[in-house]
Amino acid sequence: MWNYSERVVDHFLHPRNVGEVENPDGVGEVGSLACGDVLRITFKLDDKGRIADIRFKTFGCASAIASASALTEMAKGKTHAEAEEITNRDIAEYLGGLPDQKMHCSVLGREALGAAIYNCRTGKHDRRRLEGKVVCKCFGVTEKEIERVVRENRLTSVEEVTHYTKAGGACGQCHGDIAAVIEKVWKDIRAKEAGEETMTLVQKIRLIEKVLDEEVRPALRMDGGDIELVDVRDNQVLVRLRGGCSGCPMAGLTLKRVVEEKLRQAVSRDIVVEDMR
Amino acid sequence: MKERVVYLDNNATTRVSPEVVQAMEPFLGDMWGNPSSIHTFGGQVRQHLGHARERVAALIGAEPEEIIFTSCGTESNNTALKGVMLTRDPGARLITTAVEHPSVLNVCRYLGSVGFQIAELGVDGQGHLDLQQLRESIDEHTVLVSVMWANNETGVIFPIREIAEITKERGVLFHTDAVQAVGKIPVNVQEVPVDLLSLSGHKLHAPKGVGALYVRKEVKLVPLLHGGHQEGNRRGGTENVPYIVGLGRACELAQKHMEEQQARVAALRDRLERGILQSCPGAQINGDRTQRLPNTLNVSFEYVEGESILLLLDQLGICASSGSACTSGSLEPSHVIQAMGVPFTAAHGSIRFSLSRYTTDEDIDYVLQHLPGIIRRLRRLSPFVKE
Repeated sequence: MWNYSERVVDHFLHPRNVGEVENPDGVGEVGSLACGDVLRITFKLDDKGRIADIRFKTFGCASAIASASALTEMAKGKTHAEAEEITNRDIAEYLGGLPDQKMHCSVLGREALGAAIYNCRTGKHDRRRLEGKVVCKCFGVTEKEIERVVRENRLTSVEEVTHYTKAGGACGQCHGDIAAVIEKVWKDIRAKEAGEETMTLVQKIRLIEKVLDEEVRPALRMDGGDIELVDVRDNQVLVRLRGGCSGCPMAGLTLKRVVEEKLRQAVSRDIVVEDMR
Repeated sequence: MKERVVYLDNNATTRVSPEVVQAMEPFLGDMWGNPSSIHTFGGQVRQHLGHARERVAALIGAEPEEIIFTSCGTESNNTALKGVMLTRDPGARLITTAVEHPSVLNVCRYLGSVGFQIAELGVDGQGHLDLQQLRESIDEHTVLVSVMWANNETGVIFPIREIAEITKERGVLFHTDAVQAVGKIPVNVQEVPVDLLSLSGHKLHAPKGVGALYVRKEVKLVPLLHGGHQEGNRRGGTENVPYIVGLGRACELAQKHMEEQQARVAALRDRLERGILQSCPGAQINGDRTQRLPNTLNVSFEYVEGESILLLLDQLGICASSGSACTSGSLEPSHVIQAMGVPFTAAHGSIRFSLSRYTTDEDIDYVLQHLPGIIRRLRRLSPFVKE
């Protein structure tokens, strides 16, 4: 059946936990008829605070039905805190994957459960969707929602964001704004990852050699020169220019502008290159 | 495996009729010559090409030399629109409708991007154009009007005769994408004086990969495919002889079965329609039921989503299609259904059943036996339906 996995087909044809829980502890409804999918989750807790019964109703395509069915199975027996940990990726994985264009169904599932948990905790209905700037006006998708899927799913293109949230899927006027959100999130991710950097000295030396090999030497060789890595001391990189480069009046500039810049981009912002003449 | 296939998706494509296959076979066998060759071996093929052209022309009341064979309906539409507009300077205006097939709409949008003026006319809730608006829309820059003969999704038939009168009176050319109409209803370019008309083989029981464009004698157009002198210098490329012969035979058969289309197929469609309206809660018909192709039924099921319906039908071997966002790979429901202003509650659940002369009474019984259960089952899942 189309591009659906066997588990998606199974959950679509035999959806689990359909309906509404009577006197629910949590109710969450997300999506809209205009957007083409709506998911309503209701659940009841047991005396230990675990989700004892959870049911769904959905207006949506096969993968929306399957995602909701899978989600209810996954959430059963979990506490709030545990259930909140379920991401859209977990839902997709549980189903053996979803076609790219259908990933938004898994996001809808996660959002509905989040809304139901919020309702259970606060007695209020979820207003989080309305927080923050609305980026896609056609489907009413906020900056926050886009940031979250980009971060959780490591999305890099506007098209992917559309597959996951529908944002940008209609008039397309917000594509520039979506691209800006992606860039912002990735800047964060990169900064964070750079901060968490725990490269060993050996890894660092290998990376430096790789950058020299791929990005520096080809250019130097065109001028009959070369570069040798002599030593690495913390962030200090000691090199020696050879061949046509040694003694070249431009050597100092080459080292600072080209070699140091490349290494700063690829290895660490704190790299300093020294010439061992 | 599925026990049976009930094919109700004939506006998407049709079964190649056995008579057509039979007619094509010699040209995939011994008769493989090039119709442009001077020698007898090729020349004999040329004759058959000529017969095919006569048969296509006869179905639509044209002269044989007014028929250009193409590779498909999309090519016919591209040839017509680009071919006419490229005889003019940018700034010239082309008027079309919001409910055309993508092979017209996207060509128009492309032409718009290279400097031509494009106007897209909307439709009302029944799927009809406002002819007064069309009249007013034709200005001194207008060169061409393109309106489909019948809509592929709803089957709604446009008032082509009236539009042809308007365009004639205003001195602009009129192209009609008649891909869905030819073979299903009488289409005659003498009675309805259009200037260009597109048709497609695989919508009338010929194979995919062949189509035709009717171009009235005096109409000038730039070829889409520059090349040899084939098709009167209007479409380069060696003719796809087997398929063209198939199209010729299919047109002949379409003429023969025209009355049956009008009577038996329409009766089956009407029975399907009545059955669905009686047995499925929230069912509503899209498009004007009085001005509609005899084989087409577009029905929305409120509060249920189209893809789910299609997949459950598919489980039973029933082939239909949907204007639902989820099935089109896009995120919005069909542009046709949206242009008609069908509310979202129903737009996402629109299903098209399209019959053919191969559709049987048993096929309709089978659908009516299973569809109500499918709709009930999906409504039970829907948060908008209270139990």
